[in-house]
Amino acid sequence: MSKVIKLKRGLDLSLAGQAKGFVQDIEAPTTFALKPTDIIGITPKLSVKEGAEVKAGDPLFYDKRNESVLFCSPVSGEVVAINRGAKRVIEEIVVLADKKIEFKKFDISGAIERGADAVRSILLESGAWAHLRQRPFNRVPQPDVSPKAIFVSCFNSAPLSADENVVVGQDKDLFQMGVDALNTLIEGNVHLGLPHEEAINPIFEQVEHVDRTYFEGKHPAGNVGVQIHHVNPINKGETILTLTPQDVLVIGRLFKNGIYDTQKVVALSGTGFKENRYVRTFAGAQIKSFTENALSSENQRIISGNILSGTKVAEESYLGFYDNVITAIPEGDEYEFLGWLLPTYERPTASRAFVWLKRLFAKGREDGFEVNANMHGEERAYVVSEQYDKVMPMDILPTQLIKSIMANDIDKMEQLGIYEVVEEDMALCEFVCTSKIPVQQVLRNGLDYIEKEA
Amino acid sequence: MKGIRDLLDRIKPQFQKGGNLEKLHSTFDAFETFLFVPPHTAPAKGAHIRDGIDLKRTMFTVVVAMLPVMLWGMLNVGYQHYLSQGINEGFLTLNNFLFGLEKALPIIVVSYATGLGCEFLFAQLRNHPVNEGFLVTGLLIPLCLPPDIPLWMVAVATIFAVVVGKEAFGGTGMNPLNPALTARVFLFFAYPTYMSGDNVWIAEQADGYSGATSLAKVAAAKELPVGGDWYQTFGWSISDMFLGFEPGSLGETSVLMCLIGGIILFATGVGSWKIMVATFAGGLLGGLILNALVAMGIGVDNVYMHMPAYYHLLIGGFAFGAVYMATDPVSAAQTSRGKWIYGIMIGIVCIVIRVFNGAYPEGMMLAILIMNVTAPLIDHYQVEANIKRRLARA
Repeated sequence: MSKVIKLKRGLDLSLAGQAKGFVQDIEAPTTFALKPTDIIGITPKLSVKEGAEVKAGDPLFYDKRNESVLFCSPVSGEVVAINRGAKRVIEEIVVLADKKIEFKKFDISGAIERGADAVRSILLESGAWAHLRQRPFNRVPQPDVSPKAIFVSCFNSAPLSADENVVVGQDKDLFQMGVDALNTLIEGNVHLGLPHEEAINPIFEQVEHVDRTYFEGKHPAGNVGVQIHHVNPINKGETILTLTPQDVLVIGRLFKNGIYDTQKVVALSGTGFKENRYVRTFAGAQIKSFTENALSSENQRIISGNILSGTKVAEESYLGFYDNVITAIPEGDEYEFLGWLLPTYERPTASRAFVWLKRLFAKGREDGFEVNANMHGEERAYVVSEQYDKVMPMDILPTQLIKSIMANDIDKMEQLGIYEVVEEDMALCEFVCTSKIPVQQVLRNGLDYIEKEA
Repeated sequence: MKGIRDLLDRIKPQFQKGGNLEKLHSTFDAFETFLFVPPHTAPAKGAHIRDGIDLKRTMFTVVVAMLPVMLWGMLNVGYQHYLSQGINEGFLTLNNFLFGLEKALPIIVVSYATGLGCEFLFAQLRNHPVNEGFLVTGLLIPLCLPPDIPLWMVAVATIFAVVVGKEAFGGTGMNPLNPALTARVFLFFAYPTYMSGDNVWIAEQADGYSGATSLAKVAAAKELPVGGDWYQTFGWSISDMFLGFEPGSLGETSVLMCLIGGIILFATGVGSWKIMVATFAGGLLGGLILNALVAMGIGVDNVYMHMPAYYHLLIGGFAFGAVYMATDPVSAAQTSRGKWIYGIMIGIVCIVIRVFNGAYPEGMMLAILIMNVTAPLIDHYQVEANIKRRLARA
């Protein structure tokens, strides 16, 4: 059962610095960390103290409200630091990795055959549960969640993102094992979203017990939220779980080998890197191990996650739990003389208001635009209408939704479909916005507000 | 560039908190950001790259789109003036332009000066940056006024438009009515003798010369033109009206120039083509309905109803309103289908007011204002439709 869905709206940005080639093994970073702030909707409580020795798979912290939801160390070694921020919020639990990683063994014998409860408890116990994310809200699901479906998008359409065909590798059995485990949690099959008429890793086409839908269109066609909207939309009270192909592999390894192995391939993207490539590491690797001596110049912005919805991080910080791309672009914190009138360098735009400046209208350029993090203007009140709609391939009125959030109108937010979107689905709205409204932040505020009030 | 930047950096501290020119902070900020796009970068979380477009460029594009009607309007002010004196040396002459410039420039300067003055004041009082919207409003106001309007009236109307029409509602982006039309409607009702009749549309009109506009002529017509030749009614041909060789507000007479502006707005994507197309279609539709009624024997005494529908698009400020006024994104409908309804209704309401209400020869202004007020309702039904679709799915 597979069908093709064509999406008309969206925007493909051609940017310089796409990671290329095969995966390289690099010298292992020395420190790793879990950042509770990466994980939405939890109150972290520490399971370890500074100085503790842990194996990969030993819990570092858990959710105070759901004590069975554990967050486990990706590597073995010594807990060397627990970094706190303002109000003593736990920001990082840092583990100094052993040269050779020791994995905690989990008893997985016959778990998949035993069914949902067995799979669920192993996922929780090993920390692999944290790799699942729940729509609405994009947070880690409650342990007793009963999702109506599980969705995996097998392609990234965002600019400078990691190519899932590359990062998922060649091990079909592992992927199959992950799918089989996940299938126990739902009625029916895990759903894979695939690109229409583009190169697809054979794994995605060969794996069994899955439903497939093919999507044709520009970004955000590869976003799992968009795929859910068109295949099995979320109504109030319903829950769908999502995860990335690499997270399916984490679960596959767990049920095949009995270990929590967060091995992942990370893309190093953006013109800030001397070389754009793929490297293999574990969850929570220190950013510095990728950027040291690898940046092309000073004053780069380093982003954990993709360029449209990631988080700016310091080099001393660590790779975001769910991220599989590190992007480096120039900060761009410079004045530009009459920049709104006569831009001095090329930049991508969805607007035709620059149409007479030929250099700027080079959307299809092969090597792509060299971009920086400049806002190219200041924040203003909403003036232009229907701008977001053009980059939102869902039956959702984006501007009206954002305005309902600004007005704290929960009824309207629900009616306008807030449960169907998370930040990344509206990232392009933020990009194209003439008034420079922080759309993703507003949306997150709205989701948090609903969770708090409900 | 470097020199200007250094100068700005040197004087900047005086305008910041604690500086002795702190009260001019917003004003300084407006000029600084006009000259230099600030070095602001994206927040730590969210989209790290941003589109090159901003509100400055958007508004500037609209100003560019208004330049054709402005320049043509200046020529026409001179042309009409000399015509009333019995002098006709052609349209494209330096004399015509200089006379028009002399008339129009003070109005434009007064409009910008008072409007921006209000904007700067409010920005400072409310501690927000100066919005660029007035760059457009400041030129739209002169273009929709008669060339002989006293300058103090321009100032009063502009202040009214900015303060009551916009800032009272929360500033740029919140105004329910088109600010430029707010200025015009204020003058229209406050000083009707300066805004209507047969003697205000030609600058320094010679005594005894009739300066009636097309709208006035057809509204006053008692008899049908012989043989359906409407030249008899208007005194100028279709091409005269299309090109704009007739008296009227500064910017409204030339349909051709409005269309060029419309094409600029369409090509740059800054103005909504849906609204423009819908408004013209609505006007044509309204006219055709009236023609059809006449053909059925209803209202045969009303000469206006006999006028072929397409004339409605040529006379008065229809084209100007459709291209520059109706498309104001803040006061217009904001949903896709809403824009079609909004535009079509502007066209129809305009025709209805023109034909059936002799007191208001120019229906376009009121039609747009009425639909400005109605736009949120139109959008409401579009939003409800979306909500219903979502509920039906569950």
